Amino acid sequence: MAAIEILGLEKSYTTGFFRNKLKTGLKPLTLTVEEGEVFGCLGPNGAGKTTTLKLLLGLVFPTAGTARILGRPIDDIEMKRWIGFLPEQPYFYDHLTPLELLDYYARLSGVDARERKAKVARALARVGMGEHGRTQLRKFSKGMLQRVGIAQAIVHDPRLVLLDEPMSGLDPVGRREVRDLVQELHDEGKTIFFSTHILGDAETLCDRVAVLNKGELRGVGIVDDLVREVKGDVEVVWTGAQAVGPIEALGARTKITGDVLRVVLPEAKLDQALDALRQNGARLTSVTPVRATLEDYFLSKIDDAKDGASADGAHATEVRA
Amino acid sequence: MIGRLWAIAFNTFREAVRDRVLYNLILFALLIVGASVLFGQISLDINRIVLINLGLTAISLFGIIIAIFIGIGLVSKEIEKKTLYTVLAARPVRRWEFIAGKFLGLVMTLMVNAGLMSVGFFAAVLYVSHGLGRADWPLVTAIYFILLQFVLITALALLFSTFSTPIFSSIFAFAIFALGTFAEDLRGFAQMAHGVTRWAMTFASYLVPNFAALNVISQVAHDTPVEPRLVLLNTAYVVVYATAVLTAAVWIFGRRNLK
Ligand SMILES: Nc1ncnc2c1ncn2[C@@H]1O[C@H](COP(=O)(O)OP(=O)(O)OP(=O)(O)O)[C@@H](O)[C@H]1O
Ligand SMILES: [Mg+2]
Repeated sequence: MAAIEILGLEKSYTTGFFRNKLKTGLKPLTLTVEEGEVFGCLGPNGAGKTTTLKLLLGLVFPTAGTARILGRPIDDIEMKRWIGFLPEQPYFYDHLTPLELLDYYARLSGVDARERKAKVARALARVGMGEHGRTQLRKFSKGMLQRVGIAQAIVHDPRLVLLDEPMSGLDPVGRREVRDLVQELHDEGKTIFFSTHILGDAETLCDRVAVLNKGELRGVGIVDDLVREVKGDVEVVWTGAQAVGPIEALGARTKITGDVLRVVLPEAKLDQALDALRQNGARLTSVTPVRATLEDYFLSKIDDAKDGASADGAHATEVRA
Repeated sequence: MIGRLWAIAFNTFREAVRDRVLYNLILFALLIVGASVLFGQISLDINRIVLINLGLTAISLFGIIIAIFIGIGLVSKEIEKKTLYTVLAARPVRRWEFIAGKFLGLVMTLMVNAGLMSVGFFAAVLYVSHGLGRADWPLVTAIYFILLQFVLITALALLFSTFSTPIFSSIFAFAIFALGTFAEDLRGFAQMAHGVTRWAMTFASYLVPNFAALNVISQVAHDTPVEPRLVLLNTAYVVVYATAVLTAAVWIFGRRNLK
C-alpha cells in the first residue's frame, strides 16, 4: 500500500485586502510515496513544500484534487493516530515543560495511559533532550525547540512521519543526530517524508526525492537515476600551452599547474576540445567524467524553470548562495 | 473523545493558571475585607446589603473580564502562534473537539475562580450576619446565575476569536455584554417604536444575550427569594444560546485555512 497518494492536489491562496488576488501555492501535483520509503521533497524557498504538507494534513483545504494517507482519505480521523508531523519553525505552548507537552500530545494521539510515561521519556531521549524534560519551553533555544518538535512527531510511534525542514536550526552535531534518527526510523520500517534545502542530507538519506519549483513538480525519482539524467561535465588535462586560446574559446577557464593544463567542460563540447588540442599540437593526458551530484540535478531543474516564460531568478540564486 | 476534550480543557486551564490569572483573587479578598470592615462601622443591616451587592458584583465582573480577555485569544492566539499545527495536523482531534475543549477549559477556570471567591464571600457574609441559614439560599442562586453569565460570555468571546483579531474581538465582546445588560430596556424601547424600526429593534433585543435576566444581585441583597421558574428558564436559555453560539464558532473554524 502507498503511504501517501497525491492526486492532482492544488492550492491557490487568496490574498489582498479584499481577498481578490490569487496566488499559486501548489500547481496540480500527483505523487506517490511508498510505505517504508524515505522520501525527500526539495525545492527553493516558496516552491510549495510547506503548502503540500499543510494540504496533506488538513490545515489548509485544497482548491482541487485529493490525497490518501496510509490508504485513508486525508480527513479520516483514525488515520491521524498513525502519523506524526514536525512543522517548520515549530511553536509550542511555552508554559509547559517538554515532559508535560509530550504527555499532552500523547494523550491527544490516544496513547494508552500505562505506556505514556515510557513513550514520552523515550522520545525525549531519542532527540537528546532527556535531561531538559523539566525546563519550561520558553527558556529553550531554537535548536532545542526543533528537537522537542521532532520528539512530538514520534512520541506516539507513528507509521508515517512528515517533517518540514527537520535540520533547520540545528548545529552540526544535531544534524548528524537527526540523520541517524531518520535512518533508525527507516530501519524500524516507518515511512518518512521530509522537505529540505540541504541537498547533501537528501542525497544520503533518501530512497527517492521530488523537486518542486514555483509550485510545480519538476522531477521525481531515485537519486542515482536523477543524477545520471544530468548531462555531466568532463575534465580534460593536457600539456602544451599553445592550445589554451582555442580551448578557452569554447567557454572554459584553464587552470595551470606547472606544465599541466586542465579545463572542465560540458560533455557536449568534448569533441570540439579534442579537435582543438590536435590541431594545435598539444598532448592529451586524460579525459575524466566529473560525477554529477544531486545539486547539479537540482540546479538544472530550477534553471529550466527560470528559462520559462516569467523568469524570477531570485529563488534560484538564493539556493546557490 | 472525552479523553481528548478533557486534555484540551485541562491544558487551557493550566495555561490560565500559569499566566497568573488567579492573582485577581488577591484583589477580590482585599475588596471584601475592606468593605466588611468599613461598612461594619455604620450598621449591621446596611453592611449586609452593601457586602452582598459589592461581593456578587465583583465575582461577576472579575469573571466577565477574565472570560473576555482569555476568550478572545483562545483560537486566534493559537492560530497566530501556530501552536495549533501540532494539535490538529497529525493528531486525531476534530476541529469541533478543539473548540469544545477550549470552551470547557475556560469555563472550568472561571468556575474555580468564582468558587474560590465564593468561599471568601460566604465567609464575609457569615462574619457580618453571625450565621448562615435558609435565608441565604438566594445568594447561591445568584452565584449560579453568574456562572451562567460566564458560559454565555465565554461562548461569545470564543466565537469572535475564531474569525477576528483580539482587539476587535474584545471590542465586540464588551459591546455585546453592555448591550445584554440593557436587554430588557431595549425591549422596552422597541415597544415604543413603530413599523420597521419596532420590528428591527425587537429582533435585535432578542438577539443580544439577556444578561439582565441573569443578574439578581440587588434582589437577593434585599433578601427577596428568586422564583424557581426563573432558575429553570435561565438555565434553558443559556444552554440554547451558548449551544447556538458554539455551533457558529465550530462552523466558522471548521472552514478556516490555518496558514
Ligand atoms: N498563507 C499564505 N498566503 C498567501 N500565499 C501563501 C501562503 N502560504 C504560502 N503562500 C505562497 O505559496 C507559495 C509556496 O509557499 P510554501 O510555504 O509552500 O513554500 P516552501 O516550499 O515551503 O518554501 P520555504 O522553503 O521557504 O519554506 C509561495 O509562493 C508563497 O508565497
Ligand atoms: Mg516551507
